[in-house]
Amino acid sequence: MQLDATDRRLIDRYQKGMPITSRPFLAMGEELGIPEEAVIGRLEALQAQQAISRVGPVFEHSRAGASLLAAVAAPKEDIDQVADRINHFPGINHNYAREHEFNLWFVMTAPDEKTLETRLDELEKTLALPFLRLPMVEAYHIDLAFNIDWEALP
Amino acid sequence: MSTSASTSESTALGSLDRELIVATQQGLPLVSNPWEEVGERIGISGDEALARFQRLQANGVLRRVAAVPNHYRLGYHYNGMTVWDVDDEQVRELGQATGELPFVSHCYRRPRHRPLWPYNLFAMVHGTSRDEVETKAERIHELLGDACRGHQILYSSAILKKTGLRLQRKR
Repeated sequence: MQLDATDRRLIDRYQKGMPITSRPFLAMGEELGIPEEAVIGRLEALQAQQAISRVGPVFEHSRAGASLLAAVAAPKEDIDQVADRINHFPGINHNYAREHEFNLWFVMTAPDEKTLETRLDELEKTLALPFLRLPMVEAYHIDLAFNIDWEALP
Repeated sequence: MSTSASTSESTALGSLDRELIVATQQGLPLVSNPWEEVGERIGISGDEALARFQRLQANGVLRRVAAVPNHYRLGYHYNGMTVWDVDDEQVRELGQATGELPFVSHCYRRPRHRPLWPYNLFAMVHGTSRDEVETKAERIHELLGDACRGHQILYSSAILKKTGLRLQRKR
């Protein structure tokens, strides 16, 4: 993916937060020295190329409801079917296959802890496979932004 | 960022804030004043939508509004969840130091489930190759030193579902 210096600056600077004001793209343009329409045009293009997944809010999940990371060891031959059943269950917000005996890792969310427990119990019963339940005990770095090393990218 | 509260400490959200989250969690409209359009979607003014967003940020419900990079598309094809068995007495201090490494995108303490799962510290590391992820994991290992009794790197082999969507509209 070919991104010019301005695109990179846009991502580097605003992955960590943009102004929450009535004209955010105008304020960003002033900081970068480009017009508001150029900021909007570049963000549209970055979104169309999927260099950015969205321009929008990043919520603190623990404050907006309950969530829990769980892992399951699906038999290799059934992994697609198990993954599919997990994905269609209410409240699943992501699901990664990982190279491990515990090969499916997903996050279940719910409006509150009680609903979360109920959903997890139900899903566990439906799959007939035990889960590792791995609630967050403490977060040491809750900011998902990390510095992109542009030179190292292919 | 420093230690945050556990997941059980959730804030009850008002229904309008909830609607606002639902209306924006897939992204803001890329227009001069996005709040006008967002407000219109849920039947409030643009000014009120903006004021509510500012309040959500002050409350800590909203971390930030951002251009969220798609690391995979940018070339970070290897996502390693590194997991560590760290001495309980030292895990807080070492977890914070691990979280501060510039290449760690998130770092959490989670419960062990012995004997199946001895690991209590999770740190997510991204790289353009496995070698890069392993070099970074080695730096974490050095930092943890003798407090670490074992570790693994779990590479993701497929993203089966990923969404910023969390809240569903209440029926």
